[in-house]
Amino acid sequence: MWRALIPLIVFALIGALLWSGIGNDPTLVPSPLVGKPAPEFSAPVLNEPQRSISKQDLLGQPYLLNVFASWCPACRVEHPVLNDYAQRGELTIYGLNYKDLPEDANRWLAQFGNPYAGILVDPEGRIGLDFGVYGAPETFVIDAQGTIVYKHIGPLTPADIETKIKPLLQGDRSS
Amino acid sequence: MMPELGQVALILGLLLAVVLAVVPLLGAQLNQPALMAVARPASYGMFVFVAISYAMLTHAFMVQDFSVAYVAQNSNLELPWYYRFSAVWGGHEGSLLLWVLILCVWTLALAALSRSLPDRFMARALSVMGMIAIGFISFTFFTSNPFERHVPPLADGNDLNPLLQDFGLIVHPPMLYMGYVGFAVAFAFAVAALLDGRVDQQWVRWSRPWTNVAWGFLTLGIALGSWWAYYELGWGGWWFWDPVENASFLPWLVGAALIHSQAVTEKRGTFKAWTLLLAIAAFSLSLLGTFLVRSGVLTSVHAFASDPERGTFILVFLAIIAGGALTLYAIRAPRLEPSPPTRLFSRESLLLANNILLAVACAMVLIGTLYPLVADAFDLGKVSVGPPYFGLMFTVLMAPLVVLIPFGPMTRWSGDDVGTVFASLRTALLLAVIGGAVWWIVRSGLTLKAALGITAALWVAFGTFAFLRRRWQLRQPGRPYFTAEMVGMSLAHLGVAVFVIGVMFAETLNVERDVRMAPGDSAEVAGYTIKFTELRHHEGPNFVADEGVFEVWYNGKLSSEQHPQKRQYLRGQVMTEAAIDAGFFADFYIAMGEPLDNGQAWAVRLYYKPYIRWVWLGALMMMLGGFIAACERRLREPVKRSAEAPAPVTEPALPALPERA
Repeated sequence: MWRALIPLIVFALIGALLWSGIGNDPTLVPSPLVGKPAPEFSAPVLNEPQRSISKQDLLGQPYLLNVFASWCPACRVEHPVLNDYAQRGELTIYGLNYKDLPEDANRWLAQFGNPYAGILVDPEGRIGLDFGVYGAPETFVIDAQGTIVYKHIGPLTPADIETKIKPLLQGDRSS
Repeated sequence: MMPELGQVALILGLLLAVVLAVVPLLGAQLNQPALMAVARPASYGMFVFVAISYAMLTHAFMVQDFSVAYVAQNSNLELPWYYRFSAVWGGHEGSLLLWVLILCVWTLALAALSRSLPDRFMARALSVMGMIAIGFISFTFFTSNPFERHVPPLADGNDLNPLLQDFGLIVHPPMLYMGYVGFAVAFAFAVAALLDGRVDQQWVRWSRPWTNVAWGFLTLGIALGSWWAYYELGWGGWWFWDPVENASFLPWLVGAALIHSQAVTEKRGTFKAWTLLLAIAAFSLSLLGTFLVRSGVLTSVHAFASDPERGTFILVFLAIIAGGALTLYAIRAPRLEPSPPTRLFSRESLLLANNILLAVACAMVLIGTLYPLVADAFDLGKVSVGPPYFGLMFTVLMAPLVVLIPFGPMTRWSGDDVGTVFASLRTALLLAVIGGAVWWIVRSGLTLKAALGITAALWVAFGTFAFLRRRWQLRQPGRPYFTAEMVGMSLAHLGVAVFVIGVMFAETLNVERDVRMAPGDSAEVAGYTIKFTELRHHEGPNFVADEGVFEVWYNGKLSSEQHPQKRQYLRGQVMTEAAIDAGFFADFYIAMGEPLDNGQAWAVRLYYKPYIRWVWLGALMMMLGGFIAACERRLREPVKRSAEAPAPVTEPALPALPERA
């Protein structure tokens, strides 16, 4: 009798798990960092090892910090979107090349295009750790004062940018 | 007017589904033949009305009725007619309607072809099909109505997702749904048997072709999806362990286990409870797949728009269908008579090993797929286990399965001598080892793991040939040498061998190069010379494209001319259309990356993919094997109303020869 109940119990557990997942937007991860100043960072720039970009250098204008890597298939999905917005000059995007090799990153960028105003190199994922990065792609929206106003997990779509990111930036610019 | 007609037809279909679900079941419980007789007409009627409804939606696409919101979202004036036809299932709502239609086709086939089975049993089975239809029709109607009007009507529609404007994607969903829904038949049989309280070998025998056909369609659907991803996504990969891919792979694995366990139950009368459980699991996993794809609980490249309401609906439905069936199982299964013991080395034990390995592999894929949810539920953060987890675990589980394949057909039911079986496979093993070694030496670059994989594949192939040869040697006059069942099994097993060889080569010897090329440049990759001769402008019906003209040279000969494109669809999406110089032993894959230097040159992806066709060829052989085995005449013979006693094998076994599996 007991053995015959096992499948039902397993199913109930899976069902409960699925139930807990409903309604949670899988791309929406509450980040404790939203609303707080972005962590300090300073990292060498891709292909220009002698130059580095720090948080202070980027203050004064809102920007997106896009975590990407050549090993990340979903990054390829969002990349044309970033290219579009960068080309039209609507967004300033900095890249964080996360746990990647420079030669891989360069090849990847040659292939898919480079929307970034500058690319920070983070081979060991230290900056990623400070930002609480779970994986690539992730995108942080940082305002002119250096505060993280939004975090997006997973590939960005034009709809995400129009409805979630742009309103934040417009508010920021006018203030 | 026409869309409303479609809506009304769908409602009538729903009402008939309710009739089908309630009346015959009541008749079976009360033993009222008149009520049971409702099952067939109700099945036919349900099919007719759902078909009308589906035809109305297709009509709306054909005449470009943009007052229907779903049409406006998924079509526009420039879309050619064949894509408008397939756009019916290009979005969530329409693809659900296709799901419902296919369910009705299976119900219709079941009702029409099952006259030789006991009425009471069929009344119950068709009732279960009706219950499933209630769930899906009301899901379509209440949460995802494709006939909803858009007021005021639009002058022009949006566009079908360009990714879906492709032959592979026209046929992929219908085939996949044929497979998913096909498992509903085995499920309905299992539930009917549980209600009946006994597992007759007759229904198992009768349900085997249905399972084989459903599994064959599912194999084809998955292979088409993989092939499509390969040439359309432009990444050159063929399997990504994406949640949506996994969702179709779960029922496939359980279905493969079910095919084997049904064979045991039919021939030997053992594994009854296990067969029932697998039949329930195969269809429940199909439903789970639908849930994962349409509820938005997991992120995926090809998930439909997430909607909690829809997710809740499917989950409740899943709980009723699968939970109900499993509850019934928990009550009734202990009363099934226990299986007679068998010797350790027997066909039964080997097939049990097959079942366990497939079931564990399925559990492994399920855990990996749901891991982000587990992590989320226990606040471990959003994490997903990547391809490395699946790749490693799957290899570990599938390697023993592949190695065991040749033993199955060669070993006799209920006990055989290990030494004898080994002796009959000695030549096959020897040939496989020699073949693997030769291949390893000839093709430099093969890793040891790949060489071992190829040896295992050759072992399966030679082992299968050894079985066929043995069968031929022991033929008896007046009896067929090879039954359809045997041919199907052998073909499917050879398909496994071809598939494994394809994977081993494609994974270890592929070369991927990204180069900057301007017209006039040439590049050399893996012995091929690629010449970029011209860059030109191309205009399609609803896109414009930069098209490169590439010559592919191999061994000093022009192999082909390829035209990869970078398409810009009128609605803004950019798509890479790869061009492939396809060959039996290798593909050469060219895709346009990004323009460089203001369009003077391009980043071009050049991929050399050896034996990649074998991956799909193997899958096609498995599919064909499933279909051929389903043609077995013995399985369609009118069943005798025998008692449920574990009947002996109906035919006398050939001397010193295993019965067929």
